[in-house]
Amino acid sequence: MSRRNRQLSHISIPELSLVLLIGPSGAGKSTFARRFFKPTEIVSSDVSRGLISDDENNQAVSADAFEVVRFIAAKRLKLGLLTVIDATNVQPEARKEWVRLAREYHVLPVAIVLNMSEKVCQERNNLRSDRNFGTHVIPQQISQLRRGVRYLRDEGFRHIFELHSPEEVEQLETVTRNPLYNNKKDEHGPFDIIGDVHGCYDELCTLLGTLGYEVDKENYTLISAPLTTNADGYTRFRKPVFVGDLVDRGPKSPQVLRLVMNMVNNGLALCVPGNHDAKLLRYLNGKNVVLRHGLEATVAQLAGETPEFLAAVKQFLDGLVSHYVLDDGKLVVAHAGLKENMQGRGSGAVREFCLYGETTGETDEFGLPVRYNWALEYKGKAMVVYGHTPVPEAKFLNNTIDIDTGCVFGATLTALRYPEKILVSVPAQEQYAEPARPIGYNLESALSLEQQYDNVLDIEDFIGKKILQTNYSHSITIREENNIAALEAMSRFTINPRWLIYLPPTMSPAETSREEGMLEHPAEGLQYYKEAGIAKVICEEKHMGSRAVVIVCRDEATAVKRFGVAGEGNGVVYTRTGRSFFNDKQTEQHFIARINAALISTGFYETFETDWVCLDAELMPWSAKAQALLQNQYATVGTAAGQALPVVVDALQQAITQGVPAQALLEKYSRRLKQTSSYVKAYRQYCWPVESLDDYKLAPFHIMATEGKTYFDKDHEWHLSAIKSICAGDEQLLIATPFLEVEIGNEASEKAAVTWWENLTAAGGEGMVIKPSTFMARDEKGLIQPAVKIRGKEYLRIIYGPEYDAPENLHRLRSRKLSGKRSLALREFALGLEGLDRFVNNASLQAVHQCVFGILALESEPVDPRL
Amino acid sequence: MLLTITTKRYPATDLGYLLHKHPAKVQTVELTAGSAHIFYPEATDHSCTAALLLDIDPVRLVRGNGNGHDFALEQYVNDRPYVASSFMSAAISQAYATAMNGRCKDKPHLVDEAIPFEIGLSVLPVKGGEPLLRQFFEPLGYEVNVQAHLLDEQYPAWGQSRYFNVTLRHTLPLKTILKQLYILVPVCDNDKHYFVGGHEIEKLMEKGEGWLDAHPAKELITRRYLRNIAPLAKQALELIMKDEVLPVEEKPAKDKVKLHDLRLLTVRDILQELNVSTVADMGCGEGKLLRLLMEKSQFKKILGMDVSYRALEIALDKVKLDRLPEMQRNRIQLIQGSLTYRDKRLEGFDAGVLVEVIEHLDESRLQALEKVVFEYARPAHVIITTVNAEYNVMYEKLTAGSFRHGDHRFEWTRAQFETWANGVAAQFGYIVSFRPLGEIDETLGGPSQLALFKRSL
Repeated sequence: MSRRNRQLSHISIPELSLVLLIGPSGAGKSTFARRFFKPTEIVSSDVSRGLISDDENNQAVSADAFEVVRFIAAKRLKLGLLTVIDATNVQPEARKEWVRLAREYHVLPVAIVLNMSEKVCQERNNLRSDRNFGTHVIPQQISQLRRGVRYLRDEGFRHIFELHSPEEVEQLETVTRNPLYNNKKDEHGPFDIIGDVHGCYDELCTLLGTLGYEVDKENYTLISAPLTTNADGYTRFRKPVFVGDLVDRGPKSPQVLRLVMNMVNNGLALCVPGNHDAKLLRYLNGKNVVLRHGLEATVAQLAGETPEFLAAVKQFLDGLVSHYVLDDGKLVVAHAGLKENMQGRGSGAVREFCLYGETTGETDEFGLPVRYNWALEYKGKAMVVYGHTPVPEAKFLNNTIDIDTGCVFGATLTALRYPEKILVSVPAQEQYAEPARPIGYNLESALSLEQQYDNVLDIEDFIGKKILQTNYSHSITIREENNIAALEAMSRFTINPRWLIYLPPTMSPAETSREEGMLEHPAEGLQYYKEAGIAKVICEEKHMGSRAVVIVCRDEATAVKRFGVAGEGNGVVYTRTGRSFFNDKQTEQHFIARINAALISTGFYETFETDWVCLDAELMPWSAKAQALLQNQYATVGTAAGQALPVVVDALQQAITQGVPAQALLEKYSRRLKQTSSYVKAYRQYCWPVESLDDYKLAPFHIMATEGKTYFDKDHEWHLSAIKSICAGDEQLLIATPFLEVEIGNEASEKAAVTWWENLTAAGGEGMVIKPSTFMARDEKGLIQPAVKIRGKEYLRIIYGPEYDAPENLHRLRSRKLSGKRSLALREFALGLEGLDRFVNNASLQAVHQCVFGILALESEPVDPRL
Repeated sequence: MLLTITTKRYPATDLGYLLHKHPAKVQTVELTAGSAHIFYPEATDHSCTAALLLDIDPVRLVRGNGNGHDFALEQYVNDRPYVASSFMSAAISQAYATAMNGRCKDKPHLVDEAIPFEIGLSVLPVKGGEPLLRQFFEPLGYEVNVQAHLLDEQYPAWGQSRYFNVTLRHTLPLKTILKQLYILVPVCDNDKHYFVGGHEIEKLMEKGEGWLDAHPAKELITRRYLRNIAPLAKQALELIMKDEVLPVEEKPAKDKVKLHDLRLLTVRDILQELNVSTVADMGCGEGKLLRLLMEKSQFKKILGMDVSYRALEIALDKVKLDRLPEMQRNRIQLIQGSLTYRDKRLEGFDAGVLVEVIEHLDESRLQALEKVVFEYARPAHVIITTVNAEYNVMYEKLTAGSFRHGDHRFEWTRAQFETWANGVAAQFGYIVSFRPLGEIDETLGGPSQLALFKRSL
């Protein structure tokens, strides 16, 4: 790849590289850089001297300036951006530092040498008034450059270009950037990624057949591939992707090679190399390799092959690219997997990792290197599919999956269908080899690896300012101070974070009503959705309880397997801030058992093909959770007012009989007496004594998630009717939520909603919630409120104070600002759904916890609690 | 919300002169969050009652305070409009200023005359209930009649409220009664609606003159009047008691403090013996141990971590970090963190210290803590202390089965602690030894217990 052409008109460099301009002062490096690179790609030592000292030529600050250059370059490389270092770089020590940086970020170092004569350099510098360093400087730089330039290759540069005169620079027309071979982001699949084949040709053919491919087994060719319509609406042929280790151990390595080579060379399949393939190549290249670990079998099988075939194998293996980044960067395939910071990069370390993975440096009892499971810490966005280490079962872990299910050891050959994420396996016809260590060694615990590890979340992901991406909204910023609050709450008060897959969003009231004596009224709620262009809404009774999230698993084994929670029963009930709803575990587990029984008896688990469910619900009575608030806050105000006001009214009446003009006062205080007794009546609605489970009522209103699925695409009617079926399983404990569907713009329908609300609240009810008929609704600006609440006039007394509806109070209370609350509700809603999506898609707990943590953090934003 | 003053001393209408308020009118004075009305339900020569009625504006109470960040619901639904509190004291000083100051233009002889009065308060909140109410008024010679109320008669199980309809009878000059009410009403309530500063001491001295220094509950009254702000209360007590020697603090409190100090000193001694130079205090709270460690130059790098940001702010304040010379400042660092989250900042210390920390975590979260401390942070030495549940029987106030602190999630016996610590040591490659802390009882052990882990792998 190296070029040292004298006459260059085109230079081509890898698109992701660290370009070093090398040349003495006055060689024209900055001019060169400006001609061929974007200004932001150039990091210049002169500029950085200027930035920190106001003088671009201040040599006294060179060390500090270098630090700045290095810092900026490192940040750019971390982001995967080509970077040009504009500095003399004539000393080998200086270049060494840059090569080291390039390696650190797995990018390729490129050297562009401007080897100009002293005369050229001196003349240019003489034209510049600011460069008046001694005449000895340039000759010294030139001699340093010329001494070192021939060793550039040894220093680690693979792309070296040298220009010797201004004319040569002049002749150079373009610097082109080549995509890295691993970049196949334009290929969107669908793919069938196939695990380690290891010479199991028969099984491979069976697997391809099962996947819908037609293979001519005798002639080692693919006849046809199945068609699949992608999410973008285009129908495409599926493409097999091999994770490598085609050869060794198994009975028919040459046959496997023939088929795969045919497919790959014809563009019908992709293949990345495995460590066994690499070793075979070294053997074929005549390198000294020990014939063991199955290579001896391959060598024996290849014995009768023609030299042409062997040459073709060599060429094929030599041309394999360490890994592929596919589908807009959403999928990475590498033999032993790949860490995020190496994906799409090129370096010796990347190739090593792709072939062998990482080891801890120790050896285990079988004398094999102990593998360091990089996937445990994987947090990348791309799904990584790999093989290399045989596992008893292919399972997702942090969005990565090992699909080597040990076919050659007598287990199965597995393919992962992408993007469907469906696993397809065929059994081995026989056991061809004995594994050196038992498959699944070290995996004996019932908790999956991920859950064992995720036990400990890393604080780095949760403190400081965080920006969270969701599929439902713009990115959501969580401020540092809110994360501070969330960390304390999360550490001290919430339940085991492994249960916390969802927190419900806050809900805003409708705009303030203008009706006399009213603060809230259905008219404004209906108007809100009308303006958002919603045609149909649903009004649901607002239960007089506490928001509760209920997770029920069919059995404790599911809790262990799916949630990674052992010894904490088979479900949990928690509040909207993630705290345990019940103070004692026993009551909680009895409660869960009741719901579980209802789910079982109504066939829920079968209908939904799941072993668990997450429900969003209201749990009554309110006094069960808010007893302290009721007693310390509400009842005290009631007592104080109830005992003081009659005495006041008596005194005023007495004064009036004495002829004191206190009528106005009497009227006012009599009204206050009436208002406070209404207030007492209002809070009493929320109290009922709880002695046993039968005194609780649970009103679920959303089925949030089950195994592999969320239900955000179903409308509320679907949710409520599915829930009604569950309620039939325990009518004592579970209650269905009464609702009314309303057509916006239909006067009669809207009027019915108002009447419905009036009746509900007149009977002492809390009010109602209006939702668009769909779970999620958007207008041109994005998500709209998933629900607004319309609270009853009497209920609002316990929120705004007993006397809120006195005209002189009400007109002041009407100016309330809803925008903060509404924005909060949307952000929490989006994060809540995102967290569940991540959970059902087997994302890491860390990824799920980030959403939940974010919601808890947002909850610490100051918002008027009366809203 | 209502204060009535009744007298039957003939001619009872003299009360109107004393109060400087005309019996036939309704008069109104402005207060910060509303107003107060003065009227006479009865005004005859044989019996005259003056009523001072608070008219607190509940909306202004909230909107007026101007500090927008404190959004507690209690602000909106609260008892202030219906009770006699510091608002009543403000109303007294507004409406009855002349009388309280002992001036009476028309009948000056009444000012110093002891007159039989009946005082009605509807309703008076008393934190501490009827006994405390009596403790405040009876030593001054009042006959106290109290009508108590249930929190909610529909739910008798909720118990008694702290609100009382109170009748007080005494024969005293009116100005004395007003001054005593001015002080004692908010003292009963134990709250103030305004910022309490140095000026409050002057008010207390002035209104309390002649009766407070002889009151057996003067300390409590002073503390409560100054809203338990310790420096203010101390200053005022010194003024009131002049030459008297201030009593030492109550004994149990002192013992408690001693145990905690002892724990920290023991930990420091161990750290000194271990000859460690870098220490992470994981759960540093308000930073007491950090300050002890700062005193010894042996400790070159001290990290204080706590999950409570408030505690860290206090620690920061107490360590006086910003006033330390740079060399000292560089020795210490305070961070917010949690022992259930892996934290790179905790790595690389010679010693990790968890003084009375683990019992504040749910037992189910201990597994995470073990990994964070012993697997990831992995200091050469770990010191963990926790209370010894066996010793709880020595605390008279503790009922069986309850914990020493409201936030404790568990309290372990020595055997439980040792089982846990031995398991942790075996799992993570540490050697552990134990010792009791505090005054040791032969059978029960010490009030607290300590485990010292030494890394062996």
